[in-house]
Amino acid sequence: MNWSKLNTLFPSRADQPLLWLLRLCALTAATVVLLILTFLVIESRPALRDVGIARFFGDRSWHPTEGEYNFMPMLSGTVYCSLGALLLAVPSGIAAALFSRWYAPASVAGLFRRLIELLAGIPSVVYGLWGLTTLAPLIGRLHAPGTSLLAGILILALMILPTIALTADAALAAVPQAYLRGAAALGLSRWGMISGVALPATRSGIATGILLAAARAMGETMAVLMVCGNVVQYPDSLFDPVRTLTANIALEMAYAMGDHRAALFVSGLALMLLMLAMVGAAGLLSRGRRYA
Amino acid sequence: MQSSISPLQRMAGRTKQPLNRMHGTCEGVPVTKKLIFIVFLLLAAWLSWTLWSTPPASSTTRKLVLTGSSTVAPLAAEIGRRFETLHPDVRVDVQTGGSSRGVNDARAGLADIGMASRALKTSEEDLYSFTIALDGISIIVNRSNPAAALSRQQIIEIYTGAITNWREVGGRDAPITVVNKAEGHSTLELFLHHFGLQNRAVKPQVIIGDNQQGIKTVAGNPNAIGYVSIGSAEYEAGHGTPIKLLPLEGVQASVENVRNGSFPLARPLNLVTQSEPAGIVRDFIEFARSEQVRELVEAQYFVPLAR
Repeated sequence: MNWSKLNTLFPSRADQPLLWLLRLCALTAATVVLLILTFLVIESRPALRDVGIARFFGDRSWHPTEGEYNFMPMLSGTVYCSLGALLLAVPSGIAAALFSRWYAPASVAGLFRRLIELLAGIPSVVYGLWGLTTLAPLIGRLHAPGTSLLAGILILALMILPTIALTADAALAAVPQAYLRGAAALGLSRWGMISGVALPATRSGIATGILLAAARAMGETMAVLMVCGNVVQYPDSLFDPVRTLTANIALEMAYAMGDHRAALFVSGLALMLLMLAMVGAAGLLSRGRRYA
Repeated sequence: MQSSISPLQRMAGRTKQPLNRMHGTCEGVPVTKKLIFIVFLLLAAWLSWTLWSTPPASSTTRKLVLTGSSTVAPLAAEIGRRFETLHPDVRVDVQTGGSSRGVNDARAGLADIGMASRALKTSEEDLYSFTIALDGISIIVNRSNPAAALSRQQIIEIYTGAITNWREVGGRDAPITVVNKAEGHSTLELFLHHFGLQNRAVKPQVIIGDNQQGIKTVAGNPNAIGYVSIGSAEYEAGHGTPIKLLPLEGVQASVENVRNGSFPLARPLNLVTQSEPAGIVRDFIEFARSEQVRELVEAQYFVPLAR
């Protein structure tokens, strides 16, 4: 860096205004998160006080206008959808990254990467619309009604695939050349180099990408709302409709009042805590060895 | 290189210090910094501009408070926005909370106008109500479905899971996909109320949020049955969406039949006041019932009043 000789220890005076601006921005971002958490706690307090935490797990079902608040079926819906999507998207995402980095010819690899980036940029409501008008009727021909856990898993897998592929690709790109040359010098095959050197070296990078993708899958609302069928139940098969926590909030928030409204905030709080735990896990993982 | 940095330095008041030209390989960093700096400056400028240009609330502003039904509220808010442009000294404040709250607030004087998506009950007849639009619900099935009509009893049995195959009601041999609305929606309330159902007795296969989602679900599933606002169903059916509006109790489901009062599954959207409206309240109610807001009513898929 040009000025590094002058300011290795202290930011130069020229940097001071920028430094304060950046501090301000960082502070704002942190405050916003804390404010949202506080807001969620305040809004859900009436339900936590009047209804009690136990009933959110122990009631017979979710009929908030009739005083039943069990949101466990929806929590399970969220978990099933996200896990199923990860099961599909993780292998294919990593495979896509390996393909574009080591198997595809340079021209194809570039085009392929652009396409994956494009996939990442499609708004979720478009995925949802496509799922509702195309995917759900297709599944419906196999097994009625079509809007189902399976449809949700497929749509979510498609949505998080680019996240996994792009982060894995970036991690693979950051593997030091010396490692790869070393592998080549040892006479390893291409797959031997990938499985023995590249993948172990990028483990934490790829894991971070997977956690980010999982967070996106759990937080996704619009697309799952449109394709999952939204019936509150524990699914018996892939073809049963389910409702996720996020879809529940989106479906009912506009019309909810009193304890019903507060109960929706409780489910939002639960989702946020789940998310925080996952982001925390991602942070811990990425603190491990890294080659970026 | 030097020229690319100097604007930032000038901004920061450091022009006198010479640049160290020996380390010359990282133009990217200063340029990025400069960009960030400029972006922040623009942001700051934009922020201060918006803060400055917001006019302070005038002390002569008259506030009109509407509370009540969440069905009427979006329409009332749209009408209010247009009303504000015609009366710059009036601020229309719309709050939701259900039809009963609307009626109670109007009676207690907490709101200038209450909103109710139902007719006044006999115990509420001391209040004044003004219908601004009508809302009707139509049962819809896929256009390819051969079932032509369903009786009240058949609809109840389909929705409670007693009838699960179209064959039993004159359709083809296929399982019925029951589409229901999410809890809290006024369409759901009106539907349940009309058929005397409890929501926990309904056995749906799909639950939807808004009318469009219901129409798309039924259009994509030949064996689905659902119910949506008549205005949106009629519009979509008339524009090529493969859905069919089923008649109810022998009355064709159409906007026209809602307007003339013959369609059974319908309700009025009312504005309620405690006393004979006067002044700005009367102006607002007259405006809300006038031809000037007709397309706002239709945009929300409600049925405008007959002229």
